[in-house]
Amino acid sequence: MAKALIPIRDWLLLWGDRFAPVLTFAALIAIWEAACRIFDIPRFLLPSPSYIVVGAMDQTVATWAANIWATVKIAFMGYILAIVVSIPISVGLALSRFLSRTVYPLLVVIHSTPVVAIAPIIIVVMGTSALPRVFITFLITFFPIVVTTTAGLMATPQELIELSRSLRATRAREVLHIRLPYALPYIFSALKISSTLAIVGAVVAEFIAAERGLGYFIELQTSFLKINQGFAALVLLVTISLCFFQVIGLIQKTFAPWSLPKKQ
Amino acid sequence: MTEKPLAIRFEDVTQIFGKPGGKSTTALDGMTFDIAQHEFISVLGPSGCGKSTLLRLVAGLVMPTRGKVSIYDMPVTEPRDEIGLVFQRPTLLPWFDVLSNVTFPMKHKYGRVDAADKVRAQELLGLVGLSDFADKRIEELSGGMQQRVAIARALLHDPDILLMDEPFSALDALTRDEMSFELLSIWTQRPKTVVFITHSIQEAVLLSDRIIVMTPRPGKIREILPVPLARPRSVDTLSDPAFLELSNYIRRQLFSHNVA
Repeated sequence: MAKALIPIRDWLLLWGDRFAPVLTFAALIAIWEAACRIFDIPRFLLPSPSYIVVGAMDQTVATWAANIWATVKIAFMGYILAIVVSIPISVGLALSRFLSRTVYPLLVVIHSTPVVAIAPIIIVVMGTSALPRVFITFLITFFPIVVTTTAGLMATPQELIELSRSLRATRAREVLHIRLPYALPYIFSALKISSTLAIVGAVVAEFIAAERGLGYFIELQTSFLKINQGFAALVLLVTISLCFFQVIGLIQKTFAPWSLPKKQ
Repeated sequence: MTEKPLAIRFEDVTQIFGKPGGKSTTALDGMTFDIAQHEFISVLGPSGCGKSTLLRLVAGLVMPTRGKVSIYDMPVTEPRDEIGLVFQRPTLLPWFDVLSNVTFPMKHKYGRVDAADKVRAQELLGLVGLSDFADKRIEELSGGMQQRVAIARALLHDPDILLMDEPFSALDALTRDEMSFELLSIWTQRPKTVVFITHSIQEAVLLSDRIIVMTPRPGKIREILPVPLARPRSVDTLSDPAFLELSNYIRRQLFSHNVA
C-alpha cells in the first residue's frame, strides 16, 4: 500500500524542491496583491503588483530601453574601471610590504567615506557628464575587489612560491603563473559582490545628477507621486543586478570551472 | 668514507631566525656532514628540529646565518638547477591537467614548453605509474596519485639532487608504504642524490643509505647512522632482523630523554 504512495511523494518532493524559489515569489506577490485589495491600501503608498504592471505599461518600450541602457552603461564602465585599477593595486599590496603599509590605509579611508555623501562633491568637481557617475560607481565597487584579490594573492601555498624561487623564475611569472590563478576563486567572489554594488553606484550617481537612467527615473516619477512607476523601475534594477551577477557566475563556470566552490 | 664524489657538504652551519632586536630562534646549530653523489640520506627528528630548514638551505631558498653549504664544492648562494623539490603537500595547479602540471617548471622558468618536454613528462608519468592519467584533471586524482605527479614534476629537468620534505606524511598509512617502494624503484631507475626529510623511523630505515638523526630544538646532529641493509629492498626488508634492530635503536635514541 505504502509502495504506491512513495513515488508520488518523491515526485512532489522533487518538483517542490525544484520550484521552491519560484513558488515562494509567486506566493509573496499573491499575498501582496491580496493585501492591497483587502485592506484597500492607498495606491500612492503601496501600489499593488497589478498596478505596478499598469505603471510599466504607461511608458513606451523606447523610454524603458533608454533608461536601462543609461544605467547599465554607467554601471558597466565603473565596474570595468574598478577591475582594471584594483587588480594591479592588489598585486602591489600582496608583494610589497611598503605599499601595504602606505597605500592600504589610504584605501581604507577612501572606503570609509560614505559614497552618498561625497557624490555631490564629485559631481561639482567633475561636472555633469558621465565621468562623475562612472567615478562614483568605481568608488563603491573597487574596495571589495582590492581586499578580496589581495587576500587571494596572499593565500597562494608557500610551497609553490618556493618552487618558483627554486626555478629562479621572474617575479612577474610568479604573479602571472601562480598567484593570480590561485586568487581566481577570490577574485570571482569579489566580482560577484561588486557586480551588484555597481548598480547601486550608478543609481546613487543618477539620483544626484543625471537626465536619464533608472535612478533618475525613480527620482522623477516619485516626485510626482507616481509610486507604481518607481516600483516598475525598481523591478528592472533588481533584474539587471541579478543578470549581472549571473553573467559573472557564467563567465567563471565557462573559463575557470576549477575555481568554483567544491560541493560537499 | 665513500668512493663516490661529494654532492652536498654542510660545514658548521647555523641558522638563526628572527628580526634584529626581536626574539630569535636557533633552527639549526653547528651542522657538519657530507652527502655523497647518488646517496639516499634521510633526516629524521621530532617536529620543529629544523629539518625543513636544512632542506631549504640545500635548495638555496635561505642562506645560513653562519657556516657554509656547498653543492659539488660550490657554495650555495642561490637556488641551483641541480635541485628538484617535493613538498609535504602535492601543491599541484588545479587549473592544469596532469601533463601540464609536470611540464609547469619549464613553462614557469622559460615561458614555453616544447615537444621534448612533453615527451619527457609522459615518460616520467610512466615512471610514477600514471601513464594513462596525462589528460586528467587534478581533482580527479587521489592524494597518493597527486604526490606521484609532484614527484614527476620535480624530476622533469632531471635534477641531480632530489629534496623531499616529508613527502608521504600527508598520505594514509597504506598509500604511504606503497609510495616508499615506488620511490625506491624510481631511485633505482634514475639514480639521484636524495635528501629525504621524515619523522617516520620505518621510512628512514627502509629507504636510506644513511640516516641523520637530529635532536629537538635547536636542531643538532645526534648521530649519523649507516643502514646495513642490502639493496634492492622489498617488503621482506621490513622483517629483516637488522631492520628491526636499527629501528629500535633509533627509537630508543629519540625517546631517551623521556626514559629515566
